Amino acid sequence: MITFDNVHKSFGPKKVLQGVNLKIAKGTSMVIIGGSGTGKSVLLKSVLGLVTPEQGTILVDGKDATMGDHDAFLARFGMLFQGGALFDSMPVWQNVAFRLLRGSLKRPKQEAREIAVEKLRRVGLTPDVADLFPSELSGGMQKRVGLARAIAAEPEIIFFDEPTTGLDPIMSGVINDLIREIVTEMGATAMTITHDMTSVRAIADNVAMLHGGVIQWTGPVAQMDASGDPYLTQFISGSADGPIEAVR
Amino acid sequence: MNALLAPFALIGRQTLALLSMVGRFAIFFAQTLSHMLRPPFYGREFLTAIFNIGWLSLPVVGMTAIFTGGALALQIYDGSSRFSVESVVPQIVAIGMVRELGPVLVGLMVAARVTSSIAAEIATMKVTEQIDALTTLSTDPLKYLVVPRFIAAILVVPVLVGIGDIIGIYGGFAVATEQLGFNPATYIRNTVDFLQFNDILSSLVKGAAFGGIAALMGCYFGMHSGRGAQGVGQATKGSVQAAAVLILAANFLLTSLFFAT
Ligand SMILES: Nc1ncnc2c1ncn2[C@@H]1O[C@H](COP(=O)(O)OP(=O)(O)OP(=O)(O)O)[C@@H](O)[C@H]1O
Ligand SMILES: [Mg+2]
Repeated sequence: MITFDNVHKSFGPKKVLQGVNLKIAKGTSMVIIGGSGTGKSVLLKSVLGLVTPEQGTILVDGKDATMGDHDAFLARFGMLFQGGALFDSMPVWQNVAFRLLRGSLKRPKQEAREIAVEKLRRVGLTPDVADLFPSELSGGMQKRVGLARAIAAEPEIIFFDEPTTGLDPIMSGVINDLIREIVTEMGATAMTITHDMTSVRAIADNVAMLHGGVIQWTGPVAQMDASGDPYLTQFISGSADGPIEAVR
Repeated sequence: MNALLAPFALIGRQTLALLSMVGRFAIFFAQTLSHMLRPPFYGREFLTAIFNIGWLSLPVVGMTAIFTGGALALQIYDGSSRFSVESVVPQIVAIGMVRELGPVLVGLMVAARVTSSIAAEIATMKVTEQIDALTTLSTDPLKYLVVPRFIAAILVVPVLVGIGDIIGIYGGFAVATEQLGFNPATYIRNTVDFLQFNDILSSLVKGAAFGGIAALMGCYFGMHSGRGAQGVGQATKGSVQAAAVLILAANFLLTSLFFAT
């Protein structure tokens, strides 16, 4: 269970989060939607302590995310970064198996490699990709390697920052199914950011829309279409007319 | 009035900025030291750093030293009296190389080669969120990126300085014997007799200090890089500047500690 309570974050004069309140129940899949630049990535990073909110608290299973043993805390998480954030100094399989090659989850190299290859297969990449370097991959392939790395150590809580951006429709479908599978079969808690409404419907148990620094609307995905919220309705329909201003 | 005060305001602002920078260096240094004492240690990263900082720097260190030693011999020959020249040239080449030029030149070369590449690499990692990714993979960036490079530089730069000293002296020797007609055996005897343990010790201690400074500045500026390509550029430039200035300042400090008694 992850709870955001009145979370505020600014960068200089720019107010990004202005009082975010949100609950994500254990073993459910929450999808965050919202316009570009509204602070979705910042919201995920604030849970992991990569950005520090000025105000408000974030609780994970009732405990403050910034307190206690940070290593043990982070060991429960996996994160796919929006830009992939692969380590370009090492080959793909070592990226995927990074956690399995050092620290508390360390295991023999051969075994770590096998797990990496298996995770790569699950994101639709063949074993020959394992020995390439990240710079030798296409954007969408890098994204999927990042995804494989996020799930490699089978974390309890997984954050996906735009997992299907830059993928073809078929591969998007594969990734959507994978995320759904991780939640339903492994019982993981997932928070996914996406701009793709097909993904939203495929992945989400619940949806939250971030707008103007606050959660504008949140509820089960089934209620999304009949929410009656003008912001959400405009966002789903992708219309230029509505309360959200499209600067032109 | 404002125009009159402007230069003072500028000096004041820069002094404050400098002081706060020194404070942040100190904190970064202390954090690095504290991480050195706690596991885990990353052996692979350490070996890679040894290779990059030490082995790959050898050609540039060798070139710098040999030309400097040679030039030094020519200068001294030109400036000294005809009678004492056989002993003065080897002695001053040895002292000059071992005490000052060897460590300083190697230090500055390491700042140019190693500091800049560390800063650019780490800054790029920061800009592309790789540093954040390290953190989320339960790996402390300070432990994983900074500590191995710092220790490697402290261990390996003294070796480079030692090699630079020897090659520099050889440069002087080559010029003196080939071009100036010195007797090789006398040259070597004059060099060996004249150098003292303290000279060599100071050379190596300087090497360790300069190596530490070079690595730490690269890491510091990399880790505190701004965003985008411009951030990487700024970080690289800042790191080399800071490393060069600090190396020269540290050289003055160490010289006064070792010799001004
Ligand atoms: N480290 C940072 N320094 C300064 N500003 C930042 C930083 N990180 C994010 N911002 C700002 O915060 C705002 C929100 O950024 P964020 O990356 O969370 O957007 P987003 O909702 O994920 O957008 P997108 O859908 O385009 O990825 C942006 O205006 C961005 O400029
Ligand atoms: Mg984003």
